[in-house]
Amino acid sequence: MTGGHPAGPLARLLAWGTVLYLLLPITIVIPVSLTDRRYLSLPEEGLSLQHYARLFGSEAWLSAIGQSLWIALGATAVAVAAGTLCAIGCWRIGRRSSELVRVLMLLPLIIPGIVYAIGLYRWFGWLDLLDRVLGVTLAHGVTGIPYVVITVSTALAAFDPRLEQAARGMGASLGQTLRWVILPRIAPGIASGAIFAFIHSWDELVLVLFIASRRVLTLPRKIWDGINENLDPTMAAVAVLLILFTILLLALDGMLRARSGR
Amino acid sequence: MPRDAAVLPAAPAARSGFALPRETGWWLLLLPAFLLMTVLYLAPILQVLAISVTEPAPGLGNYERLLTSPGLQRVIGTTLRICLITTLVSLLLGYALSYVIALASPRARRWWLLGVLLPLWISVLVRAFAWVTLLRRQGLVNEGLLSLGLIEAPLPLVWNEFGIVVGMVHYMVPYAVLPMLAAMREIDPRLLAAARGLGASRGTAFRRVFLPLSAPGLVAAGLLVFIVSLGFYITPAILGGGKTLMAAEWIKLQILDLVRWGMGAMLATMLVVTILTLLGVFSRLLDLRRLFGGGR
Repeated sequence: MTGGHPAGPLARLLAWGTVLYLLLPITIVIPVSLTDRRYLSLPEEGLSLQHYARLFGSEAWLSAIGQSLWIALGATAVAVAAGTLCAIGCWRIGRRSSELVRVLMLLPLIIPGIVYAIGLYRWFGWLDLLDRVLGVTLAHGVTGIPYVVITVSTALAAFDPRLEQAARGMGASLGQTLRWVILPRIAPGIASGAIFAFIHSWDELVLVLFIASRRVLTLPRKIWDGINENLDPTMAAVAVLLILFTILLLALDGMLRARSGR
Repeated sequence: MPRDAAVLPAAPAARSGFALPRETGWWLLLLPAFLLMTVLYLAPILQVLAISVTEPAPGLGNYERLLTSPGLQRVIGTTLRICLITTLVSLLLGYALSYVIALASPRARRWWLLGVLLPLWISVLVRAFAWVTLLRRQGLVNEGLLSLGLIEAPLPLVWNEFGIVVGMVHYMVPYAVLPMLAAMREIDPRLLAAARGLGASRGTAFRRVFLPLSAPGLVAAGLLVFIVSLGFYITPAILGGGKTLMAAEWIKLQILDLVRWGMGAMLATMLVVTILTLLGVFSRLLDLRRLFGGGR
């Protein structure tokens, strides 16, 4: 709704205050990461990149970044493949029973991570998947499915089902219809889902705290250990890079949306 | 032959003959996600529910502790108190924000939305770290206030309930804004203009027209924020500094440190039951599919 009735001064003041509260504290890590001191502080005599240098010279940090990246890519592949097919199936079947399947797919958004984490701790013990990259990848992949189901379902809502019927009517097999008719039209939705599934895995910590210990040490786990053990400006440098990376991914998503909107 | 099929509608008999295998194909698409979800998601969660009534001994012994253990009751009380405060503050801030965004011009709205959505996707660890940097004893807020001479000793801003609420509200405001903004954008702006035209003050137009119409969004946002807050782990663990225990951290303590699986699983089950009950009750009042982006 627009025009004719601008918000009053009190509401505007509160809204501005809230946005500043949301954004400003996050930006504080930028000056802290550039401090010339060896402890968490604002720069005193000048800016310094020493903490970034320390970060990129550290075997431990680089290996954590690498491990997180591989796990996130694997998890995204699992979530995108399973989530996309599921969203298409639910959309095409469109009955109460498939609606139930979709509710099932959204459960990971509703049930707290801690509950799944303790369940998985025991379950993976039996399956011998504890502290293994495969285990973390599968767990992140499964919990990434809802993001893909949501974005693909949204893309499908704008898709004319008669196109699919026409393709099938002209003799296309299910595989051909998927490959040549449906998937190209919903590609931006799939890409969006992939980005969110990636961010989900990349940031995920609660599961990792339970199902990984020594061999698998992801970036969030390394940050967690850092916060609990030694608060130093290297952490701020990591935080700045993470923020930039998130902004990059969101910008990518925005571009995809803008293009599909046209 | 294929062309004929497109031009001429198939005979009803032929169509029903094809219906079954076609449907089966679509059902097969659900299979990978369904298998992954049941084997790797539902099964471990159902197992948690099972552990809560079988370990250390079969029966409801673990649930009895809800009534008899003061320590456990304190944790539940703390969790409910922090979640309620977080929900109320997030709703207040989020409502003002949604109101301003809903009434803004499309151009301004995009900037406001960016300001709300960006923090939503920034790692919860990064945000907790930023808050610790700001709020701890030697943190930037305390140092600033000390050097200005406004306080004489550092204020206890973090590693207590205050710090937890600050961090949780920071996380939850975007979640509060999204459902409220969706509800507010469906309100016809001409209603407000009409109310003003008929002599209502800005406050009256808001109270009598806008507020009631936006109430469903307010309730939905409150429910969402409360449910998500209940299971919070990382923010309270970092900003609470181990002194203020909330449900999720207590569960972690039971299982990883004390190896009391039954107790941990019991509180985990209670969390799930509480959340599903709240959703069940409110699904009668609200279109929950829209809340979770399900429908269209």
